[in-house]
Amino acid sequence: MTTTPRPVRRASPRTRRPATPPDPARPLLPATEPVRLLDETGTPLPAHTDYPEPPADVLRELYRRMVVGRRFDVQATALTKQGRLAVYPSSRGQEACQVGAMLAVRDTDWVFPTYRESMALVSRGLDPVEVLTLLRGDWHCGYDPAARRTAPQCTPLATQCVHAAGLAYGEAHQGRDTVALAFIGDGATSEGDFHEGINFAAVFKAPVVYFVQNNRYAISVPLSRQTAAPSLAYKGVGYGVPSEQVDGNDPVAVLAVLTRAVAHARAGNGPFLVEAHTYRMEPHTNADDATRYRDGAEVDAWRDRDPVSRLETYLRARGELDDAAVAAVADEAEAYAAALRERMNAQPTVDPLSLFDHVYAEPTPQLVEQREQVRAELAAEQEGDA
Amino acid sequence: MATTMAKALNAALADAMADDDRVVVFGEDVGQLGGVFRITDGLQARFGDRRCFDTPLAEAGIVGFAVGLAMSGLRPVVEMQFDAFAYPAFEQIASHVAKLRNRTRGALSVPIVIRVPFAGGIGGVEHHCDSSEAYYAHTPGLKVVTPATVADAYSLLREAIADPDPVVFMEPKKLYFSSADADLPARTEPFGRAVVRRPGRDATLVAYGPAVPVALEAAEAARAEGWDLEVVDVRTIVPFDDETVTASVRRTGRCVVIQEAQGFAGVGAEIAARVQERCFHALHAPVLRVSGLDIPYPAPMLEHTHLPGVDRVLDTVARLQWDDQPDARWLPATQGSAA
Repeated sequence: MTTTPRPVRRASPRTRRPATPPDPARPLLPATEPVRLLDETGTPLPAHTDYPEPPADVLRELYRRMVVGRRFDVQATALTKQGRLAVYPSSRGQEACQVGAMLAVRDTDWVFPTYRESMALVSRGLDPVEVLTLLRGDWHCGYDPAARRTAPQCTPLATQCVHAAGLAYGEAHQGRDTVALAFIGDGATSEGDFHEGINFAAVFKAPVVYFVQNNRYAISVPLSRQTAAPSLAYKGVGYGVPSEQVDGNDPVAVLAVLTRAVAHARAGNGPFLVEAHTYRMEPHTNADDATRYRDGAEVDAWRDRDPVSRLETYLRARGELDDAAVAAVADEAEAYAAALRERMNAQPTVDPLSLFDHVYAEPTPQLVEQREQVRAELAAEQEGDA
Repeated sequence: MATTMAKALNAALADAMADDDRVVVFGEDVGQLGGVFRITDGLQARFGDRRCFDTPLAEAGIVGFAVGLAMSGLRPVVEMQFDAFAYPAFEQIASHVAKLRNRTRGALSVPIVIRVPFAGGIGGVEHHCDSSEAYYAHTPGLKVVTPATVADAYSLLREAIADPDPVVFMEPKKLYFSSADADLPARTEPFGRAVVRRPGRDATLVAYGPAVPVALEAAEAARAEGWDLEVVDVRTIVPFDDETVTASVRRTGRCVVIQEAQGFAGVGAEIAARVQERCFHALHAPVLRVSGLDIPYPAPMLEHTHLPGVDRVLDTVARLQWDDQPDARWLPATQGSAA
């Protein structure tokens, strides 16, 4: 006798599986392509649902400051050739980032710049001579950071990322709605303090916008030697930080994305990471030779994506800018550069005895002794000269 | 009332937090646990987790975060869990904490206290017993303080928190549970003042932090040898009190500088040089140093060989040319063999 085995009852393929929980990482990830609101010719792209275009008057102001900022930058590079500055790290080509970031924050917000942010700082309204003090060499930081809510330009890489986290947390701790915006370059994202800063900001929900200007080179070392990540904006997800990447030569998109990032932070949602894809048109500094590590064709390709002409094209097409307005802005930029040249031609006075003034709130007895020693040395020098 | 240095430090933190809302305490395990040495015990329960809190385990982050908090107007007191674990924070300390006032011509100050449990003598495994004070003392812009008594632990920490400049506050681990009568809140001598802990006529022992009890014990033992030794406790390495140290050595005419740290290029070398420069004509013998050996801090079973103890101090005191004869070991070989 044979028995027919009873068919095993299987779950129907149509039986509903438990719903997959939503992927918690997904909302933190950047767009797979950098956000753009203008194409490379300055023609507007379809409106972006997440990043509304800033109002026209803000865009006109953005244009004005970018033109002046570029002229400042060119002037500063020229000042190195005349020996008026010891060194100058240019940010020409990065005007959309430098100026866009400053339009995205309030005067009461804190900014944490690096040595490449001179253009951003003058765009924020800081005195250009005070900004260039560091590079002229008569002191380290020439402006008053507390009054201008602008940290000293940071030369050690990425250390400012942690300061921004602490400042933002401290402000929130005291009931103020200050946002901190920390600039950082692509190379510095390899430093431990970038990691520690963004991690602290995330854990303490500190209102910080980390703004990476990825200009593709850390002096000579290309991005491929800094990271194996798809792009730097992908670093946010590991810290639980929402992130975005943006075309850093599209001024409208940079301002739109940063405006949203700042609003996110100010609303108490913690930090936000923005990576702008851009390019430094000049060498690392005037002392660098960029032809040793990048070819002219690459530079030319980026010249075609120039952020200033892109915005000008767009604003002209919209009727927000005409020949007269463009000429007026150009005149303003020339006057700005001329005034800067004039002031930088004056030899700064330095006081050797001031070296002891701010080591401590009160000099130690040993510093008082050394000050007297220097005073005597100076007197002897003067006698020798006489 | 008898209390320990650990409890005095805890009381100083609590009293500072009670007196000033701007004081915040943070670091690794300082919250609910109260710190691995219990120096922050009870602070989170009393003041809440906005005033005393744990952070991610990252020392550069802790110190850099403190810089930002100080810029916002707060008074951060941070704990580095152990001496050697503070090294990742060194860039933040040397490039920012120490320099911000100077870089900004006084526009920004960062009144941060960095508490560092330091030095050995507790049987700790490697990376837990370093004497790192010279790194900080060599960095202009920092004050470097180390208490040796219970009352100083309280008073110096209160002063550190109130100070307008950053202070690296070095706490000798082996003294945490030393006990003494101290009426808290105690107020002792201010920063920049060394203190004669034991008066004596024949020689001066200059010491700081964990070496002070060694110096006192050695001075007591030296009585049997007929030496009456003075002990000066430096207390604040920066700012350094040349006046008190110099006055003592001019009185006694002999000086031994004692530190637990390895000797080469250490704080003791600086003190010995300063004494020699200022007291040359009052000296009856070269200024000598007693220190740890110039080796990485040894494993626990060998640490007693490394640490300067009473015998090493007394052997050194014996070489202070009491017979007015040169120290044979420094004579040229030919002269030495002829003698």
